[in-house]
This record gives sequence, C-alpha cells and structure tokens, in this order.
Amino acid sequence: MSLGVSAGTVGRIAANVFKESVRDKVLYSVVLFAILLISASYILGELSAGQEIKIVKDLGLAAISLFGHFIAIFIGIGLVSKEMERRSIYALLAKPMSRTELVLGKFVGLLATLTVNVLVMSAALFIVLAISDAVTDPFFKKAWEAPAVDPALLTATGLILVQLGVVTAIAIFFSTFTSPVLAAAFTVGLVIVGHFGADLKNFEQIVDSKPLAWMARGLYYILPNLASFDVKLQVVHGQPVTAGYVAMTTGYGALYVATLLTLASLFFSRRDFK
Amino acid sequence: MTAGRLPAVPVLVAAAVLLAGSIGLQVRRDRAFHTDRPAEHVLYVQSPEVVRRLALSFDAIVADVYYIRALQVFGAAQKKTRQAKDYELLYPLLDMATGLDPQFNMAYRFGAIFLTEPKPAGPGRPDLAEKLLLKGLKANPKKWEYVQDIGFAHFWGSRDYRTAASWFQKASEMPGAAWFLKPLAATTLAQGGQRSAARMLFKVLAESGEVEWMRKDAERRLRQLDAMDAMDALRRVAATHRSRGGPAPVTWDGLVRAGYLRGIPADPDGFVFVLDPWTGDVRMAADSTLLPLPDEPPPEHQAVPGS
Repeated sequence: MSLGVSAGTVGRIAANVFKESVRDKVLYSVVLFAILLISASYILGELSAGQEIKIVKDLGLAAISLFGHFIAIFIGIGLVSKEMERRSIYALLAKPMSRTELVLGKFVGLLATLTVNVLVMSAALFIVLAISDAVTDPFFKKAWEAPAVDPALLTATGLILVQLGVVTAIAIFFSTFTSPVLAAAFTVGLVIVGHFGADLKNFEQIVDSKPLAWMARGLYYILPNLASFDVKLQVVHGQPVTAGYVAMTTGYGALYVATLLTLASLFFSRRDFK
Repeated sequence: MTAGRLPAVPVLVAAAVLLAGSIGLQVRRDRAFHTDRPAEHVLYVQSPEVVRRLALSFDAIVADVYYIRALQVFGAAQKKTRQAKDYELLYPLLDMATGLDPQFNMAYRFGAIFLTEPKPAGPGRPDLAEKLLLKGLKANPKKWEYVQDIGFAHFWGSRDYRTAASWFQKASEMPGAAWFLKPLAATTLAQGGQRSAARMLFKVLAESGEVEWMRKDAERRLRQLDAMDAMDALRRVAATHRSRGGPAPVTWDGLVRAGYLRGIPADPDGFVFVLDPWTGDVRMAADSTLLPLPDEPPPEHQAVPGS
C-alpha cells in the first residue's frame, strides 16, 4: 500500500466524481433553485409589503445552503459506500492508487460539484436581484440597508461553500467506517449539533457543575462549529463582515476538513474488504 | 426485456381518469357534508429562542415567514367587515420575526403601525407597539425612526399627546434624525388631537415613508382627514341653507340649484357623500374605501394650545 499522495491521481478521481455527479443530474438542483427564486420574487412582491429584496436575498442564501447540504450529505455518503455496494471498490483498489488518494479524490470531486452549484446559484440570485433593482422606484431604494446587487453576498456564499466542505468531509468520514444509513444519521446529527456551538460554549451560564461545563466547552472545540460560517443575516442587513473574520473562519474550516480527511483515510486504510 | 413493461399512453390515461374521478368524488362529498373548517392561524411554538435553535442557520428565512404571516393576519382581519376581527397572533408573530432577525427593520415599523391602529379598524394595542419598538431600539440603538414610531403609537393609538410629543422630541435629538421631528413635537404638544396635528403627522409620513405601503397608508389617512373636513363644510352648507329658509327635504340637487355647491360632492376616493334630507347631517357612503374613519378624541383629550 502506497502512503504517498499524487495530485494527478487525486485530480483524476475528482474529475470522475464530478462527471458522475453531472450524470446523476445533481446539477438539476440549480434549475430547481432558479425556478424557486424567480417565482418567489414574483409572489413576494405581492406578499411582503416592500420587503422583497430582503426576502429574495434570505431565500436565495438559505436555498444555496440547503441544496448544498443535501448534496454534501447524501452524495458525500454515497461516494465511498456506493463503491462498496457495487463491489467496484475491488477494481479501484487494484489500480495504482492509495486509499488516501481515493478519499481525497472523492472529497475534491464533490467539492468541485458543490463549487459549481454555489457559483451558478449565486449568479442566478444576482440576476433576479438585478431585475428587482431595475424595476424598483429609486425613492424606495434609499431605505435599503444594502444595495440589491451587493458584492458582500459573495462573502456569505463563500462561507457557505466552506461550510459545505466541512459537511462533505463529515459525510465521507462516517462513510469510511459505517453503513450508509448510520453514516447519514451521524452526519445529520453532527450537522445539527454543529449549529449549537454558542450554547455549548456558554454552558457554564446555565449549569453550576464545573465538570459538565468543561465537558460542554470541550465539545464546543472538538465538534464542528458550523454556526460560525453563517453570516447571512449580517450580509443581508448590510453589516460589515471583516476580512479577518472570513480568513480565520475559512482557515478553521480548512483545518477541520484536513482533520476529518486524515481520520477518514486512517479508518479507510484499515478497512477489510474481504 | 420488454415483456413486463406497461404501455405508457393507456396507463397515463387510466391514471388521469382515476384522478379525475377522485377529484369529482371529493367535490361532491364536500358539497354534501361541508367538511371544510374555516382556516385558523395557529402559532405552534411561541418562543423565538426555541425557533432560532430549531431553524439552525435558516433563522433569516424563518423570520421572513413569520413576518409574512403577520402581514396576512393583519390583512385578513382588515378584510373582515362584520365578523369579529382576530388580531390575537399579530404580536406573537412579530415578536417571533424580530426575535429571529433582530435587525428586521420593517417588522418593527409595520408591526408598530398595525398594532397601533385603533379599534375597530385595528387591534388598538399601542402598548404592544411600544413594547415591540423598545425591543427594536435595544437591538438597534441608533434607529431614531423607532423612537418616532413610539411617538406615533402614543399619538394615534393612546391619544396621549404630551407623551407623543416627548418621544418626537427625543427622536429629533438623535443623530441623523429627520428635520420634521422638532416641528412635529411642537405641533403635537400645542394642537394634539386636532386634525391639523394629525394632518402634519401623516403628511411627513407620506413624504418620508421608507416603503410604498407606508406612504400609501399615510396618503389614505390624509384622504380620510380631507373627507372629514369636507363633511364638516357640507354640514355647515346644509345648516346655512336651512337657516335661510331653504325648502325641506334638503338634497344635493337642491343645494346645487340654490348655488351653494358646484356639483354633487364626493369623498377623495370618489364615493358620493350621503346627506340626511331632514337633519342635514352628512355621512360617508357605506361602501366608501375610506371607511372606517378614525375616531376623533373628545375636546377634553385635546391638547390645550400653549400647554
């Protein structure tokens, strides 16, 4: 078994994962997103009493995140487990590649799919916002907290992409040592817990027990802090998200992904496929 | 292998026929048994903190849903004419929307306008409007608009002109506040309860409203005040006609022929005023879009000029 990692091999595996996800019609979610957004912007014009720009932004960012989570969790789990179910894992492992390269390639491939997804959805969101902007009376634009076509939205979508990278890594991590059903349950569970970071961090404010508070604080640092990637509210309200915050959060995400993929490679390398 | 495949067209036709049959049966059953109940607004979870946790990172879009529900509760109640208007969920929905998104400017501002609207046209809860705006002010301490809106709640909802004037004054002293707040505070203190003060308040809201709905609402209220002024003038005309020995019953045609009016008078939305031929009283047409008119406070509640 080779321990070295070749970028070329990882790239080829990633390209295959990307092609497979296109064949599996994963990118159809983009079409669904565009339909959802365009119809929502028409309906919201009637329902929201002048708040359509805010709501289209909220809806667009929430949909980018939600579609991305579905793809990251359910495709992510299938990446490794499907190879085992189809028994194609034997053919794959017979090729000159390490299990680490396979795990990394699968991750990079799905991340590329997610990147394309997020980019196209962001473009659709900007187009819908630009149209809404063009048809709005300039007087009412003065009251907007942020312009309709706001480049700051890219900060939110960028951090959503980093968050999806972490979720993909979680899904791949669990799928390397357990069944697809359990991997899905564990991943969804961890993603939910990952949004309770602030509660875990401040647990000592609601319990008197010091050990319990320390345990909660420990979990806060060990479990993925997915809430930290969420800057949607700040961006929609035109509040600044500093470059330092974005850089540190992205760095945190990258290190967390690296940790998970290292562990995934370890478990996968020890898995017996007899 | 194709032996087991079903032919597409006949199967689709059969499915369509079966679906049509089920729809037909449902329509007949609903007509026969009246099984449908009127839709009720229900708020299953009442704590913004709980909903914020359940929403994970989708709190903004969930806040939007609660805001739209609040608009629907208000709109649905407004459409009811004879039935009892139910605004019970209005404040909890707005509290939820602003709890999930503490920067949701319009949820505070619209919410305050809706809650302030006096009965029977609205819930008549200026106290809740103030509570909502104070919550907004805590999250956004620089928003002079919320301070202005608290003044509005006291002016229009509780008819407490002295308190309203003090809030307008407080808003005028905040950084970036609109120029009209100082004169508005002075007018409210001097003429509160008189139409002139209400006219000034709605004029500035019509000119400064952040969204179209706010401006249109203020413009509608100005038209209501115009209609009230017009009715007062028409009552005076009818009284003059009678005092000068004009024939009874008095009619619009009679007043036009006698040269008191140039034409049949209508409110600003185009609905002809109703004239009582025996008393000379003037009312709005029952189907006027400007109804219901706001109540005017009795003279003892009006601010004393110079106080």
